[in-house]
Amino acid sequence: MNIIKQLSVFLENKAGRVTELTRILGEAGINLSAFTIAESSDFGMMRMVVSDPEKAKELLKQHGFAISLTDVVCLQTPNTPGSLHKALAILSENGVGIEYMYAFADGDHAKVILSPDKLSDCVRVLLAHQQQVLDADELYSF
Amino acid sequence: MIWNKSYECMSRDEMCALQGKRLRETVERVYANTPFYRKKMQEMGVMPEDIQSVEDIVKLPFTVKTDLRDQYPFGLFASPMSEIVRMHASSGTTGKPVVAGYTRKDLGIWSEVLARTFSAGDCDSRDIFHIAFGYGLFTGGLGAHNGAERIGASVIPISSGNTEKQIQLMTDFGSTVLCCTPSYALYLAESIHKKGLQDKLNLRVGFFGAEPWTEEMRREIEDKLHLKAYDIYGLTEIIGPGVSYNCHCQSGMHINEDHFLPEIINPETLQPVAPGEVGELVFTTITKEGMPLLRYRTKDLTRLVYEPCECGRTNVRMEKIMGRSDDMLIIRGVNVFPTQIESVLLEFSETAPHYHLYVDRVNNTDTFEVHVEMRPEFFSDNMSRMLDLKKRISARIQSVLGISADVKLVEPNSIPRSEGKARRVTDKRNVYANK
Repeated sequence: MNIIKQLSVFLENKAGRVTELTRILGEAGINLSAFTIAESSDFGMMRMVVSDPEKAKELLKQHGFAISLTDVVCLQTPNTPGSLHKALAILSENGVGIEYMYAFADGDHAKVILSPDKLSDCVRVLLAHQQQVLDADELYSF
Repeated sequence: MIWNKSYECMSRDEMCALQGKRLRETVERVYANTPFYRKKMQEMGVMPEDIQSVEDIVKLPFTVKTDLRDQYPFGLFASPMSEIVRMHASSGTTGKPVVAGYTRKDLGIWSEVLARTFSAGDCDSRDIFHIAFGYGLFTGGLGAHNGAERIGASVIPISSGNTEKQIQLMTDFGSTVLCCTPSYALYLAESIHKKGLQDKLNLRVGFFGAEPWTEEMRREIEDKLHLKAYDIYGLTEIIGPGVSYNCHCQSGMHINEDHFLPEIINPETLQPVAPGEVGELVFTTITKEGMPLLRYRTKDLTRLVYEPCECGRTNVRMEKIMGRSDDMLIIRGVNVFPTQIESVLLEFSETAPHYHLYVDRVNNTDTFEVHVEMRPEFFSDNMSRMLDLKKRISARIQSVLGISADVKLVEPNSIPRSEGKARRVTDKRNVYANK
């Protein structure tokens, strides 16, 4: 199943909080494949894709972090002009909305983490239109 | 200038005799007219005839704020409604407000004590009073208004708010006296300086109260508005502003003790403290008809000074309030108890009952932050859901307490747990004079 488990962590605006998180994950040998930090005026939220989400969740919980696991989709597109547009157009034409996304490009490819309003529709529609949707193993191997 | 020498400069013996007589009359009045007090006195085995002099006051029951709430609205009135001519109520507290009723005679007492207050600040019929206390249920506006009329001054009943208009009238009308909260005075001063209108002012005296303020604030107000700032103390339960007042010596506030009999007690033991010691200020109203109160616990901490003042007045002085014997905060003029915030937070299943209140004063305005722990199981990836929770809590605090709060969600277990009594408040304002 081409679903990625994303870890979301509540972050108070407090010095050293992200550093503590990266230390905990690093010491446990958990790799961060992608992340983004969203912020409001007084708290932030770090969303990340890690090599072992269940283990990371338990570990961070023990350290007092508020966390949740969310299902997201990882789309891979060619790193060329118009590729992202093509994929997004497919989604919007098929009535799939996106709550947030973050992306990184590396060499010939770009990877886009999507949080769609309709998860299984999103995967189905993308696959039906010959888009590449990565599963967890493929993503973590980078 | 002394408005009423015969009372303000009375010898101690005469004052004690007068207070004893008035206390007796008050006790008889409440025993006859207020079932609440009659029952309390009967339970304690005290009869009106047991009260012969001021010293006998210790035999009487105390009154606390919750008694007033329990007796809402008129349970403590000792006059029939046909004799009540005015009602006021306290602001911004949860549930039922504290209601005060005044007879015509009570309003006369009130304007008398304010006439003394304003005269002590050398004000008279030549002055133009700019009254920027709120008018309405709050006692500040109408209280000061009646006092200013009593001394024959010209009164501008502008009430609070609308700073532009305040400044316009103050400069156009040549206001000589300003009455408002000290924090509003500072705000006004800054607005005037921003407009470069400070030289257009004609102010010479200000009377400020309804919230605690420091000597530093006094100096700043005096510097910026070119006036002499006087402290004015009071509370709705007793009468409103005018319970005590500064004279030009500004060494404590003279209590109108021929009307409001003060005591200082130890808030733990409820016993009187040794003369001159700090404790909780307690008032018995000894002339009021509408709502006389016996031994009302103000929860304000101060001490009494009986030595005659250099100004010539002999009535007892209370020092600036040094703190509270409960945990009540006064934020932007609104009384706030941490337990009220707690009960609001308990309505929300998304938060844990662990919270901390931060109060500060920035640019002369009180800031109020409520930090509350989110429950780990509530946390979700959905940012707007989290922001919505914040908004809903703020709105609820606003509707219950009448004050806006900046709510901050914090991580589970991040608020320090304490053994025993939790320290839930950090007040950085230093508004109390710590001695």
